Amino acid sequence: MHLVVCAKQIPDPETPPAAFRIDAGTNAVVPAAGIKPVLSPFDAQAAEAALRIREQAGEGKITVISLGQGSAQDAIKQVLAMGADEGVLLNDDAFERGDSYTTAHVLAAAIRKLGDVDAVFCGRQAADWDMGQVGLGIAELLGWPCAIVAKDVQLADGAVTVQRVLTDGFETVRTPLPAVVTVSNELGDPRYPKLQQIMQAAKKTVTNWSAADLGLDASSVGAAGSRLRLVGLAQPEAGGAVEIIEGDTPEAQAQALVQALIDARII
Amino acid sequence: MAQNVLVVGELVNGALAATTRELLGLASRIAEGGSVGVALLGASASAAAPEAFSFGAARVYASDDATYDVFRSDQWVAAAEAALELAQPATILLSQTMVGRDLGPRLAFRRATAAAMDCLRVEMTGGALQVTRPSYGGNALATYTFATSPAVVTVRAKSQEQPVAATGAAGEVVALPAAGASRTEVVSRDAAAGEGLQVQDAGIVVSGGRGLGAPEGFRIVEALADAFGRDRAAVGSSRAACDLGWYPPSQQVGLTGKVVSPDLYVAIGISGASQHMAGCSGAKNIVAINRDREANIFRAARFGIVGDYKIVIPALIEALKAAKR
Ligand SMILES: Cc1cc2nc3c(=O)[nH]c(=O)nc-3n(C[C@H](O)[C@H](O)[C@H](O)COP(=O)(O)OP(=O)(O)OC[C@H]3O[C@@H](n4cnc5c(N)ncnc54)[C@H](O)[C@@H]3O)c2cc1C
Ligand SMILES: Nc1ncnc2c1ncn2[C@@H]1O[C@H](COP(=O)(O)O)[C@@H](O)[C@H]1O
Repeated sequence: MHLVVCAKQIPDPETPPAAFRIDAGTNAVVPAAGIKPVLSPFDAQAAEAALRIREQAGEGKITVISLGQGSAQDAIKQVLAMGADEGVLLNDDAFERGDSYTTAHVLAAAIRKLGDVDAVFCGRQAADWDMGQVGLGIAELLGWPCAIVAKDVQLADGAVTVQRVLTDGFETVRTPLPAVVTVSNELGDPRYPKLQQIMQAAKKTVTNWSAADLGLDASSVGAAGSRLRLVGLAQPEAGGAVEIIEGDTPEAQAQALVQALIDARII
Repeated sequence: MAQNVLVVGELVNGALAATTRELLGLASRIAEGGSVGVALLGASASAAAPEAFSFGAARVYASDDATYDVFRSDQWVAAAEAALELAQPATILLSQTMVGRDLGPRLAFRRATAAAMDCLRVEMTGGALQVTRPSYGGNALATYTFATSPAVVTVRAKSQEQPVAATGAAGEVVALPAAGASRTEVVSRDAAAGEGLQVQDAGIVVSGGRGLGAPEGFRIVEALADAFGRDRAAVGSSRAACDLGWYPPSQQVGLTGKVVSPDLYVAIGISGASQHMAGCSGAKNIVAINRDREANIFRAARFGIVGDYKIVIPALIEALKAAKR
């Protein structure tokens, strides 16, 4: 059994809004001082799903793939420390400033090159651009089925059974392998690597593949191949000032708030 | 510049979903004289056609095959592709629902194009489609144009005006094929217990977060919703509270939960992380109850009380009851 986890490194989504800055000239987010980039949280859950499946099966190999700059090694290492076996870093200047389409295109090519993959695990969305389409894109490009927003994933007898989170409840679907599954936070907390595992991860192999290694033309990837053109990036306007309701007692505060709501015709 | 626009619609209890009506209104605005079509799938598809005409569709691509009543991606993609062939749209609109989240990217990748997901603004500027969508958990608004056609766009619920129905509008119904094969089998479905007023439809939403400290805190939050009146108020929660198992995920408000736009949103023990605000920033008024004056929620709130909810909320419930008398 060969499972693949797609892991992206992103600016920390818990960056306080006050520390979040955009460079209007380049339409890019300015890395916040002193806040390190992280593994996108849903991708840690995707890794957790793959690890649970391997534990149940008692066998299997897990490869983690990341498309990104050299620093994306850290995201790969984190998944290796959680228990994945091998890493692949897709790093090439030609991959820069791509979109969902080119990202899925490159990841699908890497999965094809690995050859014997049974299932691919992605996050439900990368917590930087919040798109939520690369998993489905990989599935379409490979011609595989895909189940999105998984809460629980079981793999047996050549099929994957996925409990999915719907808007109002849950749904269980079953789909033949190979398949792509995108994982949501309802799966539960990802495991936290122990110090020993972090040290072991440092010794695990991380292979670097370029566009040429994947047989991809530079014009089909990165900015050159992208379908979406980012033409603006702005910070939403902050709301007006808050009116803090004071009072000598909680009762007085509560009455003042209710009166304010009535005066403003809100209730 | 006139363009054909295709809406992939959704049906609720035999009628157009509110989100689909929003899309039809939007489609008419951006078609600029081109044809608006809508694909409707399921037992009541052609029965809903007159409603679709009244909201501006010229053509309804419909299959009444009841198999479509349960969303199976393979079947819906094939049907949407068939509608695409017939309608030849430059823009395809879907709602950012579970259907749209799944179908949007699939359709886009089949056409070697890309989708822009969860858009708030969709407009034609200088003959080109331009969309704006939140990103970075709501910390940024990203604007895109498309290098390839058709453009696939999913649209956030309640981000568009509800269109007014025209009387006497007519159009054409074009048949779509019955459902084909699906690789994926739906084994079972469990509806969330949530009966009654849904959080996304409520005029008042009272939400609790990790600051409640324990699941019992939600009883106090529910009592506040009762005091506002359960015909108008529903209870929501932050993801932190859901992840802790204190409240069902169906009530989660935020980027990956429900998007609410009530007249009044009361955030109790919620810090106001951007991903939470992504789900409630459309509220007309936010009231924050939080112990920490520095909490981000106060940056978005109109009114706030700094204090322990265990003291503030019971007093608030009493004050509401007194005001009603
Ligand atoms: C990709 C992504 C998607 C996400 N999607 C969502 C989403 O959809 N919805 C969502 O909510 N979050 C989402 N999150 C999580 C989000 O970033 C925050 O972690 C979460 O919203 C925090 O929840 P909280 O405000 O309840 O808890 P905390 O941030 O822990 O805040 C608790 C607050 O309670 C206050 N408090 C404590 N005790 C009391 C008391 N006795 N009385 C009054 N106040 C008190 C504290 O001062 C604090 O401000 C997402 C995160 C990521 C990365
Ligand atoms: N650069 C990347 N490298 C590896 N995986 C990625 C990358 N971008 C996206 N993914 C995967 O696709 C998922 C959805 O991403 P997105 O469609 O960008 O929101 C992520 O959670 C990852 O699992």
